[in-house]
Amino acid sequence: MLQKDNIAKGKDSTGRIADTDAFIKGLWRENPVFVQVLGMCPVLAVSNSAENALAMGLATMFVLAMSNMLVSSLRNFIPKQARIASYILIIATFVTITDYAIQAISVDLHKSLGAFISLIVVNCLILSRAEAFASKNSVLPSLLDALGMGGGFVLGLFCLGAVREILGNGTFFGLALFPEGFQPWIVMILPAGGFFTLALWLLIFNRWKVK
Amino acid sequence: MEPQKKSDMQNATHLSGESNASSAKMLWAMVGIGTICALLIVLTYESTSDRIASLQDDALEAAVFKVLPGTTSTKAFTLQPDGKITLAKADDGQLIYAGYDARHQFTGVAVEASGQGYAGIIRVLYGYQPEQEKIIGFYVLQSNETPGLGDKIEKDNNFLANFKALDVALDQSGQLLHAIVPVKNGTKSNAWEIDAITGATISSRSVADILHSSIAEKAPVITKNIDVFMQ
Repeated sequence: MLQKDNIAKGKDSTGRIADTDAFIKGLWRENPVFVQVLGMCPVLAVSNSAENALAMGLATMFVLAMSNMLVSSLRNFIPKQARIASYILIIATFVTITDYAIQAISVDLHKSLGAFISLIVVNCLILSRAEAFASKNSVLPSLLDALGMGGGFVLGLFCLGAVREILGNGTFFGLALFPEGFQPWIVMILPAGGFFTLALWLLIFNRWKVK
Repeated sequence: MEPQKKSDMQNATHLSGESNASSAKMLWAMVGIGTICALLIVLTYESTSDRIASLQDDALEAAVFKVLPGTTSTKAFTLQPDGKITLAKADDGQLIYAGYDARHQFTGVAVEASGQGYAGIIRVLYGYQPEQEKIIGFYVLQSNETPGLGDKIEKDNNFLANFKALDVALDQSGQLLHAIVPVKNGTKSNAWEIDAITGATISSRSVADILHSSIAEKAPVITKNIDVFMQ
């Protein structure tokens, strides 16, 4: 509920803010991972390596940008009562498209992301941007908002993925970083490690913001 | 805060107007969006399906070389319903691949198998050497196993070492002498056992089951028709 309050009193519902601000706020002030704490399922589950985190972040960003644009251009056509169903339909469409696109790019990449591509449908970050921003703003600001929020999401995922891969597997993007004798902290690539790393980054991020 | 109030008010009137929207309008909106979405999906599917199919074929062919060590060339064969094996024709479905090394010596056959894993279907390709009666290679073509745990069936070296020489000897009647079974990690003592992955018991068991049911069905046919591959 916290994030909903944030959005309700947030500056993004007026549609009057500068376009650049629509972009920047997602990266930093309203970062979806570190400030809004949205979409934690993929953040915790797929951030076990830097490569997976980056690919998952970019796939989410693409879905977010496309669905924000379509929701925004159809915003006067979608009846209020049926809006959630409409948004889900639009989001699911772009997730399916992303799934095909990733298969067409690389079989290996599709193999490593596996089930998490289809789970983008239920990522609450995407639904919340459709509801809080795209349904009230025109196409260009909605696209910028999506790119900003998506970029913030990529950043958050990557921060977690890099730390977890380095500590949990001793590698970075598959390259070995440590000498032979290094015993990787297996716990870091297990689900518990996701929580540890997330807490660590939230601590650092909030310390930084307070200063 | 002036502009904020104004837009809230606009919003409110907008909303109250919408709340009287008739069912017909909602229906049209949903049908309209559904049509747009269906169109987008069909377009993407049509434009990517050829490339996806060719990439998957490439991946399968590359995998044949991985599961049959020393192979430099392959030939595709088909299992006929009457229990014979023939050279594959263009549109045959169930293919197995025979591998040959640089001196045209038979190195084994690569067989595709699939079954239920922990999350969705697991599709694997394994190399079978009928003369030694052993599985000599194993590769996961497709799986949705849990990242970090179940997906170790694809890349964990200790697990993959199980399939360098997995004993699948047949008895006189063409039945497997020993079922392929997973055992607790580190307790493998026989050549037909699979050292399971800690934390991925179900995925390990699925792999063993997939291999067992496939080899139990295919090995007798392949052994009986082994001359076909030597020609």
